Amino acid sequence: MAAEVERVKNTMTPIRPILAALRRHKMATLLNVLQIALTLAVVSNALFIVKTRVVHLSRATGTDEAHLFVIKNEWIGRPDAPHIDAQMRSDLTTLRGLPGVRNAFSSEAYPMEEGGGGLVRIKHRVEQTTKAQLALSYFADEHALDTFGIPLVAGRNFRADEIASLGAYDKSRPAVIIITRDLAHKLFPDGAAAVGQRVYLSDDGPSTIIGLVDRLQGGYAGSSTRSIDEDTVLVPARYASSDDGAAYAGGTIYLVRTQPGQLAAVLRSAPAALLAQNRMRLISAENGVITLAQARTKAYATDRGVAIMMGAVCVLLLLATAGGIVGLSSFWVGQRRRSIGVRRALGATRGDILRYFQTENALIVGIGVVLGAMLGIAANLSLMTHYELPRMPLWVLGVGALLLWLLGQLAVFGPARRAAAVPPVEATRSV
Amino acid sequence: MLAYYLDMALRHCRRSKALTALVVVLMSVGVATCMITYAVFRATAADPIPWKSNQLFVPQIDSFGPAHNWKGEPPQLLSYTDAVALLHARQARRQVLIYGSKWTVLPGDAQHLPSSQEGDAVSHDFFAMFDAPFRYGGGWSVSDDDQRAAVVVISGALNQKLFGGVDSVGREINLDTHNYRIVGVLDDWNPSPRYFDVVSSYYPFSHPRQLYLPFSRAIDLQKAASGNFYCSTNTVDPDLPNWDSVLHSECAWIAAWVELPTRADVERYRDWLHNYAAEQQHVGRFAWPPNVRLSDVGQWLHVMKVVPKASELSLIVSVSFLLICLVNVVGLMLARFMRRAPEIGVRRALGASRGAIYRQFLTEAAAIGLAGGVLGLLLTALGMAGVGHVFEPEVAGMARLDASLLLLTVLAAVLTTLIAALYPTWRAAQVQPAWQLKSNG
Repeated sequence: MAAEVERVKNTMTPIRPILAALRRHKMATLLNVLQIALTLAVVSNALFIVKTRVVHLSRATGTDEAHLFVIKNEWIGRPDAPHIDAQMRSDLTTLRGLPGVRNAFSSEAYPMEEGGGGLVRIKHRVEQTTKAQLALSYFADEHALDTFGIPLVAGRNFRADEIASLGAYDKSRPAVIIITRDLAHKLFPDGAAAVGQRVYLSDDGPSTIIGLVDRLQGGYAGSSTRSIDEDTVLVPARYASSDDGAAYAGGTIYLVRTQPGQLAAVLRSAPAALLAQNRMRLISAENGVITLAQARTKAYATDRGVAIMMGAVCVLLLLATAGGIVGLSSFWVGQRRRSIGVRRALGATRGDILRYFQTENALIVGIGVVLGAMLGIAANLSLMTHYELPRMPLWVLGVGALLLWLLGQLAVFGPARRAAAVPPVEATRSV
Repeated sequence: MLAYYLDMALRHCRRSKALTALVVVLMSVGVATCMITYAVFRATAADPIPWKSNQLFVPQIDSFGPAHNWKGEPPQLLSYTDAVALLHARQARRQVLIYGSKWTVLPGDAQHLPSSQEGDAVSHDFFAMFDAPFRYGGGWSVSDDDQRAAVVVISGALNQKLFGGVDSVGREINLDTHNYRIVGVLDDWNPSPRYFDVVSSYYPFSHPRQLYLPFSRAIDLQKAASGNFYCSTNTVDPDLPNWDSVLHSECAWIAAWVELPTRADVERYRDWLHNYAAEQQHVGRFAWPPNVRLSDVGQWLHVMKVVPKASELSLIVSVSFLLICLVNVVGLMLARFMRRAPEIGVRRALGASRGAIYRQFLTEAAAIGLAGGVLGLLLTALGMAGVGHVFEPEVAGMARLDASLLLLTVLAAVLTTLIAALYPTWRAAQVQPAWQLKSNG
C-alpha cells in the first residue's frame, strides 16, 4: 500500500513547484488567466445565442411547406365587397382546377409572413374581466386544412355554407372556429375536450370550436418569437376589400398547395391564369408570388445571420486564444531551458517535463475557467435585461470550459514537447 | 533615430517570425471584426438629418389614458382628432402629418403593367421640414392642401420608370383610377433610418416611398392607413362601421412632426401641448390629466429602438473579441520584449536612457500595429463583402467601406497595439543593465 502511494506520488506532477514558477511570472500568468476567462465568457454566451437562434431556425410551421406557395393579390379600381367576393370564388375555382394544383384557399396572412394576419382575443365569457387569451388568426374555408396539409385531430372541418364574406368595416363574428392543440391547452388547462366548447372572439356572439388541429404556426413567427406563435385560430371567412380596413390589409392572399414535383410549373401558371380571368388585379412581379421556402429564408435571415456571426467569432476567438497559449508557452520554454536542463540532469524524464508544462497549462486554464464562468454568468444576466435573452443553462459553461481545457492542452503540447527535448547537457551551459 | 529603431525592430521580427506574425494576425482580425460590425452599426445608428435633428420634434398626446396606454407612455401616433387640431393650431414654425398607404399606379399605355406603390399622405410642409431635394418642380401649397387638390410628388425612381427620367412636372399620373397632376419629382432621397415614419411604416430601413400626396385628399378618398393602427379601447375588435367612425375614433394612426428652431419655441410648444391636453380633459374627452411628450429626432429614434438588436449585439461581441486579442497581444509583447532583456541591458550599459528604450519599443509596437492595420484593411474589405450573409439586405446595403472607415481601421490597429505594448515596454525599461550583464557573463 505504501509503495502504491509512493508510485502515485511519482507519476503525479507536484503542483507546488509550478505555483512557485508562476509566482515569478505574475503578469504573464495573470494575462493568460484573464484571456482564458474572457474567452470563456464570450464563447459561452455566443454559443448560447447560436443555440437559441438555431432552435428558431428549425421551428416547423406544421404545414406542407415544400409544396405551398402564396399569391399576393390586390384589387384595382376599388370594387365593392360583393364584386370582390364573387371574383374570389371564381379565382379559387380557377386555381383548384389548374393542372398540378392540389388545393387552394384565400386568407389575409400566411405562415412566416412576419406580420399581417389578425390578432384575436378569446374570452370564455363576454363579461370576463380576467385577461383574454391572445391568438393569431387565418381566414379560412373548407379547403384550408387540405391546402395547409394539416390533419384534424378531433372534430370536423368547416362547411361551405359557414364561410362568411367580410368587407373593410365588417366585424368578424364567426359562429364556428378551428383551433390548434396548443391554443386548446391554454384555453382549457384542465384538459377538457376543446371541441364543442363555446368561446367569445367578439362580444357580439359565441363561437363554437368545431375542430382541433395538431400544429399550425400563425403568420407572425420568424426570427422574432412570441409565446402565441403556435396559438392559431382558423376563422371561416373571406376578406373581400380592396382597401386596408381597420384590422386587415386590403387585397387577398391565395395559398396554393401543389402536387409533388409541380411547384415550379404552377408558380408560373397560377398568376397567369388569374390575370387571364380578370385583369383588374395586381400581382407584383417582384414579390407577388412567394413559396413558403422563400418565406422561411427571409423570415429567419436575422437568426441565420446572427448564428453565422457568433459562430465565426467563436472560432476566431478560440484560434486567437490557442495562438496566445502557444506564443506564451514557447516564451516560457525558451526562458527556462537552463532549469529544464538541470531537472533533466537530475534525473527527470522527458515525460516529467512534458507533464510539468501540461499541468501548468491545466492549472492556468482552471483558474481562468472559474473566473470566466463568473464573467459569463454576469454577461448573460446583462444580456437578459437588454436583449430579452433567456437564462443560460450551466452546461453551456461546462461545454465552453471543456473546449478551452482541450484547446489549452493541445496548444501547449508543441512547446511542451520542445521543452522535453531539451538535453540535460543544457544545464552546463551558461546561457 | 527612428530609422535605427525600425531597423532593430525588423531584425528582431526576422528572428522571431512566428511570434511577430501571430501578433499581426491577432491585431488585424480583432480590428477587422470590429470595423465590419461598426460599419453596420454606424449605418443603422446614424443621425439621418444631422443639421436639423435637434429642431424636429414628435409630439405625443395620451388619448388612451392610464388604463389603456403602454406603461404610462402616450401612443406613438396620433388620433385623427388630435392630429388635425395640431395641424390647424399652427403653433410651430412648420407642422406635418404623415400616414402611409398603398396606391395602384395605372399606366396610360398597354405595355406597362399596373403596379402597387407605397405612398405617404403628407401635409404640404413635409418637403421643407425634412429638406427633401427636388430634381424637378417642388411641393404643393397650403391652398392645395385646403382644396384637397389632386396633386402628387413622385420619386426620381418612379419618374425614371414611368417617364424615362424626363421632367414630368405638369403631366398626369393615374392612381387608384383617379388622375393626379405631378407637381414635383424628388432627387434620390432615402434617409436611413426613415425617421419620419418609423411607426407608421413598421420598418425604419425600408425602401423609400415613391409617392407623396396631400393628406387632406387621402382622407377625403377614405384611404386607410397601411401601417400601424391601434385603438384605445380594444386593439383587436374595433367597432368601426365606416370611415367617419375611424376619423372620430380614439384610434392612433397618424404620425406628426413639428419644427421648432429655438429652445424658447420648444418650451412654448410643450406648454401648448400641455394646455391642449388639459382642454381636452376640461371638455370631457380625456378623463385623465395631461400626459404629453415632445421628443427630438435623436430621442425619438432611441424611444423607437431603431438600431437592430443584431447590429448592437454583434458590435458588443466584436469589441469583446478585440479586447481578448488585446490581452493576448500584451502577453505576447511581454514575451517578445523580455526575451531581449540581454540586448536591453547592453544598450542601457552603453548609455541608452530609459526614454530611449521607451521610444525604441513603442516604435516597434507602432510598426507592428501598422502592419496589423494594413492586414486588417484587407480583412475588413473582405468581410464587408460577406456582410450580406449576416445582416438583412436593407441594413447590409447601407454599410460602406469609405475613407473614414479605412483611416479608422489603421488608426485603431496602431492605437490598440500601442496600448498593448505599454506594460511590456515599461517592463523592458525597468531592466537593470548590471544584472543582465552579470548573468550574461
